[in-house]
Amino acid sequence: MHETDMTKALIMTVRDWWDSQPERPPVEKIHLIVGQFTCVEPVSLQFAFEVQTRNTFLEGAELVIRETPLIAFCHPCQQQYQPDIGLRYACPTCGSPMEDIRSGRELKIDRIEYALED
Amino acid sequence: MHQTFDAALGINLLHVNQTGADHNRAHFDEWEITCLNVMSSPGAGKTVLLERTLDALRDRLKIAVIEGDMTTELDADRLRQYGAPVIAINTGRSCHLDSKMVAGGIHRLEHDYNPAEFDLVLVENVGNLVCPAEFEVGEHAKVALLSITEGEDKPLKYPIMFQEADCLLITKMDLAPYLDIDIQRIEANIRQLNPHAAILPVSAKTGEGLEAWFDWVQAQITLCRRPLEPVSAIGVNAKEFLTEQPVTTEDPAANDQEPAIDWILEADS
Ligand SMILES: Nc1nc2c(ncn2[C@@H]2O[C@H](COP(=O)(O)OP(=O)(O)O)[C@@H](O)[C@H]2O)c(=O)[nH]1
Ligand SMILES: [Mg+2]
Ligand SMILES: [Zn+2]
Ligand SMILES: [Zn+2]
Ligand SMILES: [Zn+2]
Repeated sequence: MHETDMTKALIMTVRDWWDSQPERPPVEKIHLIVGQFTCVEPVSLQFAFEVQTRNTFLEGAELVIRETPLIAFCHPCQQQYQPDIGLRYACPTCGSPMEDIRSGRELKIDRIEYALED
Repeated sequence: MHQTFDAALGINLLHVNQTGADHNRAHFDEWEITCLNVMSSPGAGKTVLLERTLDALRDRLKIAVIEGDMTTELDADRLRQYGAPVIAINTGRSCHLDSKMVAGGIHRLEHDYNPAEFDLVLVENVGNLVCPAEFEVGEHAKVALLSITEGEDKPLKYPIMFQEADCLLITKMDLAPYLDIDIQRIEANIRQLNPHAAILPVSAKTGEGLEAWFDWVQAQITLCRRPLEPVSAIGVNAKEFLTEQPVTTEDPAANDQEPAIDWILEADS
């Protein structure tokens, strides 16, 4: 599954950051934001992360995934709504198509927590 | 003392793929090639549609195929009989084509032919409705096929594919008399997610609707060549990726740009 490729990209990105740090600090947590309206399965991502970070600089680092719900904005009604994924996407009030997605498409490496001794 | 610090990254998980897609797109634009990314579940009729397309358009357009859904070498041979180069991509067990795999195909085209002679590159993606639409490969437009044997609810179950597509072909229309299927409901389900895409019912077997598809393809080529706006601004996905890119993006002003989707609206009429 593509979670393996995505994890590779994730590790490469964090590696670039890590290489740019003079102290090469131990990474404790990586925070991801994953929208519910994407093709990414958080469980598969967790699994791939665990497997692919073994014996690397990220061994033992925790992957923290925050899921964001699908939220759309209906312009005719001037209101937000939460579509029923798999069942219905049109506005429940007026039936307009889902056009303006306000949340749920995120696939983002948000931030890294690292430790420093002094 | 042990202290914990935070580094804010804000980088899209797909940015590596997107960088590759931009690379591919630069090649296409340099050679004035229009690239269409053709996607569907396995067996919806991508290869047969490409055959009909090569057959009908070969006198008007110079076409190459990047084939990412090879069941057997026979698929490529079927396509080659129309005289077009067919570049087969080894996708391994990947569930989608990514921009790096397609770059391999583009570089082969560059090496073996004079790429500037081509008008159109048709990419046949891996047969899968889940994720190929999420991975840009440098295409100018996405084409999704849904065969009427797959049921009316597929657009609702695989929403990203149907939302991202610029053209939706409802295929195998010749089978409609034998099936209990409501074509209008398929269209209505697609419209919940995608009010602007062209929806074209076709049959590769009888030829029904294919003229409208050829016209749509021709319109994409015309629009790509129109020098009104930078081609790099075209594509419904551009905004998504631009806003998610790291701060090192070359043109930060591009982040605020609305994607240019006029041409998709036009293709609808
Ligand atoms: N009846 C009918 N069968 C079709 C049509 N288009 C494709 N098929 C059949 O559907 C099967 C799968 O087609 P193919 O093009 O290989 O699908 P792909 O996996 O999406 O490339 C083949 O047996 C085709 O002959 C069509 O318009 N009508
Ligand atoms: Mg095929
Ligand atoms: Zn509404
Ligand atoms: Zn995939
Ligand atoms: Zn190149």
